[in-house]
Amino acid sequence: MRVQVNDSLCHGHQACAIAAPDIFGSDDYGNAVVLIDGDLPAEREGAARRAAGNCPERAVVIIES
Amino acid sequence: MTTTEPVSNWTTDYDIFDAEFILDPYPKMAEIRDTCPIAHTERWGGSWMPTRYEDVVAIAHEHLTFTSQNIIVVPPPPQQAEGAYGGVAAPPITSDPPDHLWHRRLILPTFSPQSVAKYEQGTKDLCNSLIDKFIDSGRGDAAAGYAQLIPARVISAMLGVPVDMADEFTGWVRGVLEVGLTDPAVRMENRNNIIGFFMTQLADRKANPRENDLITELLASKHDGEPVSDNYVLGVCNLMLVAGVDTTWSAIGSSLWHLAQHPEHVEQLHANPGLWPSAIEELLRAYSPVTMARIVAHDTEFQGCPMSAGDRVLMSFPSANRDPEVFDRPNEVILDRENNRHVAFGAGIHRCAGSNLARLELRVALQTWLERIPKFRLEDPSSVTWAGGQVRGPRLCSVVF
Repeated sequence: MRVQVNDSLCHGHQACAIAAPDIFGSDDYGNAVVLIDGDLPAEREGAARRAAGNCPERAVVIIES
Repeated sequence: MTTTEPVSNWTTDYDIFDAEFILDPYPKMAEIRDTCPIAHTERWGGSWMPTRYEDVVAIAHEHLTFTSQNIIVVPPPPQQAEGAYGGVAAPPITSDPPDHLWHRRLILPTFSPQSVAKYEQGTKDLCNSLIDKFIDSGRGDAAAGYAQLIPARVISAMLGVPVDMADEFTGWVRGVLEVGLTDPAVRMENRNNIIGFFMTQLADRKANPRENDLITELLASKHDGEPVSDNYVLGVCNLMLVAGVDTTWSAIGSSLWHLAQHPEHVEQLHANPGLWPSAIEELLRAYSPVTMARIVAHDTEFQGCPMSAGDRVLMSFPSANRDPEVFDRPNEVILDRENNRHVAFGAGIHRCAGSNLARLELRVALQTWLERIPKFRLEDPSSVTWAGGQVRGPRLCSVVF
């Protein structure tokens, strides 16, 4: 599984970084950035789904491999 | 119209200043959501109030139709547009595109998670010093003696203005956002106090620029190669004070009020500190303090409601956050709630710019309280008082421990 953030939808709620701080961080403006390139470790997939499920803008994209 | 007649029908005649609604708005919100999800009233200048999550978020996203020309629940007094401070707004909350983009981008770095982290230790020290004052007595007021005193001091430090004026600032903010919402003269007087105060601060920074000082930096900032106007800087300072005080204090107070009645949740947090991040989000969802207004730009129909240019729309974030279509068991606080797309900080381009600071203050205030006061309860549930309208939270909340 990989994750992306749709920059045109993200408004910097930081909900993803709160749910999964090792996967998502913040740029200088507080908008979300993905910290892990490529496939997530299997044990972090649940956290990534939780991050997606917490975003009020539905800006977190889960890409199943 | 400023009638105080009892509400006969919540879908056609709601009153957000109704005493019962302020005390416990959630049953009325559920009634509106279940029967006619977009209520209307002629009271307080007239407004629409969507209550479903989907509708509230749609309005927040349709910012060209639902503008931020005014974001206060009751129309401003006509004299506000005149006089020395007539040109001072509260950017970016009162800004619309295209200016909104740069109004917001100039201040966002100040409020990023990385930037606000430097206020954590000072906030913790402040919380401890407040608790020191009452802990030996075995009782304290979680609202007036704690929650209320935190954000004004944090914001004062951030703005580089005298922290010993914090209680005066709080009085001005309440004058604008609490008493002032229904009393235009009080609102004007306190708005003038705030903007007059920041005028002197701007003059001081121009004469004596400071290092690492937010107002000095704002005055030096540029847009399109031109220095920003004084009115922009005044407006940002105005917003930081007005939006940063009542709101955060209400969230801290509501959360402590909840925890005082739910020892099992306090126990959960003591036993499992890993719960804190989701617990903070859940308390924000369940007790969202803020309702924002929008002004309709042009005649439109929204979900079957005929809205006219100039109409006011109240985005009830507290109601959206208890919509059973989106949140399982919405009236329960579930500290480890799995899916929580709450909109306590709004949605879309106007997402609360200070949300990262607010969260930090809420977390530090609650964690410090629980460290020092591991068990506590309401002294008398019936003596708790609440403010409501635009910002809802407890104002007196006596606890014993």
